[in-house]
Amino acid sequence: MAFFKWKRDSKTEGAPGVGSPAAGGAPPPRDSRDGDQGLGFFGRLRQGLSKTRDSFTGKLDLLFLGKKEITEDLLDDLEEILFTSDIGVATTQELIASVQEKVARKELRDTDKLKAALRDQMLAFLKVDEVGHPLPHPGEPLVIMVVGVNGVGKTTTIGKAAHRFRSEGREVLLVAGDTFRAAAVEQLTIWGERVGATVIKQGSGADPSAVAFDGLAAAVARKVDVVLVDTAGRLHTKINLMEELQKIHRVIGRKLPGAPHEVWLVLDATTGQNAISQAQIFNQALGVTSIVLTKLDGTAKGGIVVGISRELGIPIRLIGIGEKIDDLREFNAADFVKAIFD
Amino acid sequence: MFDSLSEKLNRTFKKLTGRGRLTEANVQDALKEVRLALLEADVNYKVVKKLVSDIRDRAVGQDVLESLTPGQQIVKIVNEELTRLMGEARMGLELVGRTPHVLMLVGLQGSGKTTTAAKLARHLRKQGRHPYLVPADIYRPAAVDQLKKLGLEIDVPVYPTEPGQRPENICLNALAGAGREGADVLIIDTAGRLHIDETLMAELETIKERLHPTEILLVADAMTGQDAVTVAKDFNDRLDISGVILSKMEGDARGGAALSIRAITGKPIKFVGVGEKVSALEPFHPDRMASQILGMGDILSLIEKVQDEFDEKEAKELERKLKRSEFNLEDFRSQLRQVKKLGSLEEILGMIPGLGKLKKLGNLKPDEKELVKVEAIINSMTAEERRRHKIINGSRRRRIARGSGTTVQDVNRLLKNFVQTKKMMERFTKKGGLEIPSFFG
Repeated sequence: MAFFKWKRDSKTEGAPGVGSPAAGGAPPPRDSRDGDQGLGFFGRLRQGLSKTRDSFTGKLDLLFLGKKEITEDLLDDLEEILFTSDIGVATTQELIASVQEKVARKELRDTDKLKAALRDQMLAFLKVDEVGHPLPHPGEPLVIMVVGVNGVGKTTTIGKAAHRFRSEGREVLLVAGDTFRAAAVEQLTIWGERVGATVIKQGSGADPSAVAFDGLAAAVARKVDVVLVDTAGRLHTKINLMEELQKIHRVIGRKLPGAPHEVWLVLDATTGQNAISQAQIFNQALGVTSIVLTKLDGTAKGGIVVGISRELGIPIRLIGIGEKIDDLREFNAADFVKAIFD
Repeated sequence: MFDSLSEKLNRTFKKLTGRGRLTEANVQDALKEVRLALLEADVNYKVVKKLVSDIRDRAVGQDVLESLTPGQQIVKIVNEELTRLMGEARMGLELVGRTPHVLMLVGLQGSGKTTTAAKLARHLRKQGRHPYLVPADIYRPAAVDQLKKLGLEIDVPVYPTEPGQRPENICLNALAGAGREGADVLIIDTAGRLHIDETLMAELETIKERLHPTEILLVADAMTGQDAVTVAKDFNDRLDISGVILSKMEGDARGGAALSIRAITGKPIKFVGVGEKVSALEPFHPDRMASQILGMGDILSLIEKVQDEFDEKEAKELERKLKRSEFNLEDFRSQLRQVKKLGSLEEILGMIPGLGKLKKLGNLKPDEKELVKVEAIINSMTAEERRRHKIINGSRRRRIARGSGTTVQDVNRLLKNFVQTKKMMERFTKKGGLEIPSFFG
């Protein structure tokens, strides 16, 4: 099915954000490489990440300026930069250790090589193989369940993702599974109207599993291409709420064997080390297939991504870099590190 | 809250205590661990640096090295420094002067402003104020609806924001209409925005200029990382905030943001959000928080929570009943419901000193379902049975088990627990007054 290319082609073509020339004459996605006011994907990503880059490489360059020799002090300063980028204690220590070893073996003689080695090591941490997950059977919709703690931007991400699928000509159905937060259903309904997607909902306080079941039934009956299931934000430490998510997952699978095909965990880039705990626990409960990193347009460094990839091996697939409807982009490790270092 | 940090510090200090007398190098090692623990807890790098250096100065300058319990000494110093950094005394809202007061909530997207607005309204009403909620978030879809619904839930009036209104006009109209609503405190829920968004930050400045808020509170997510200081500093520079509310404290965030924000802005943290329920707002106590970071539990908060949630009249009635040995299954059930109102058992356990560590062991995980079962069993009894448990014979037990979807063994166990609890409680009351009822048999 063509819309899979939206995600998977990026690997082979190395050009994220390139929409598939969808079957059935669907228009190409608006954010293809040559679109976007001539900025192109890299431009937009760099723009979105400019804060990250400024503070990161800015400091890095300042640090290396005029220094050719690698000293203990330099490594200490390097450690500071990594820490303040939210990269985390364990990952920072490992990054430092990896370059230190090379310095000791005289492989890294000058600061330029040190910089390159750091970049390579970060890239290595970020390179995660796509988790093999089931594909929908022919004629059945792709079902994506979207989960995360409160306030990370699940509903907004669903709206933006729905827009992407819609702009590829896919029929999209949204399931208003957040029946807890006041007006969450209304919020999703507005997104549905905005992007032209059906929204399946029940009253607030309804059983989210029942809503999911209805949603799946409607999706199958209407033969839509993609189903995005919204869920209520919940802290990963609430055992009963995590069980509720597992139940929703089970109910979806009962209605449509093999579904949900994907579970997206939405993480807020401003979050610190707790994001690792979130990823761990949501992954244990549901088997997260990809991570969406939102709010990268602020000053937060998003360095936590490196730690998550390294520790959990879950691929980061999408990033949110703004409030506009098409500000949801493909994550690509190479571009990400490039945008940070160049 | 802060489990992981206290665990780490505990481990560090256990190493210290194990060694007897310490050398300066030992202290250095310990401080290194403290540093990493604080960094891992998301305390800002610069704040950590300052904190560790302050601790070092005091540790080296004092007689820590000579002390027989150097570990304890350092714990004490760390505790004091953490407390000092977070501000020593607790600071509440300062609503003095002419009414209506204006209280403005600001922050990033998703930090929890709308929920916090409702929580604050409930809190103020409990203090005898008359809050008026003002939804000024015209950007996020359905944000206005969300506050309207929450207002309905807690029975607090909400300004009827219409689509297309400008935020400052919404606020001005609401202020003008406050008298009509009999309100003395306006709580303005502003839209979430990035601190670097020039247009939206200017919008906040306009609202501030026009309305002269008594309090401008920054709502910040307790899980925020190193960026917490940038965000807090920017909001503070633009708006001169009066305080901070930390949201989502009930998770396992190590909460370093609390330390960082306070240290960088110098503005007090006034409240913490500890759950999704509208009652889940607690005053922030710097000293207690420091103790909690060091794994000393937070028994004071627990006691206050109990006092806040428990119906005083019901407690008096209970005491009277206990004195006359009239405590029955009806009372048992209402006790159970009161406990539920306190929050999850896990949260309650987390506040008890020393139990924070145990929680991680897993097998101590309290079974919430057990409570549901117990309530189901009691619900399946007749009123007569609930009043006089002694009449519950074998066939009644079988009926109750069937009715509640449990087994006769479950019913037996419940009755046995109940009898024990009753006995224990009666013994306590006979000894003297019963301040806070204890109900775990």
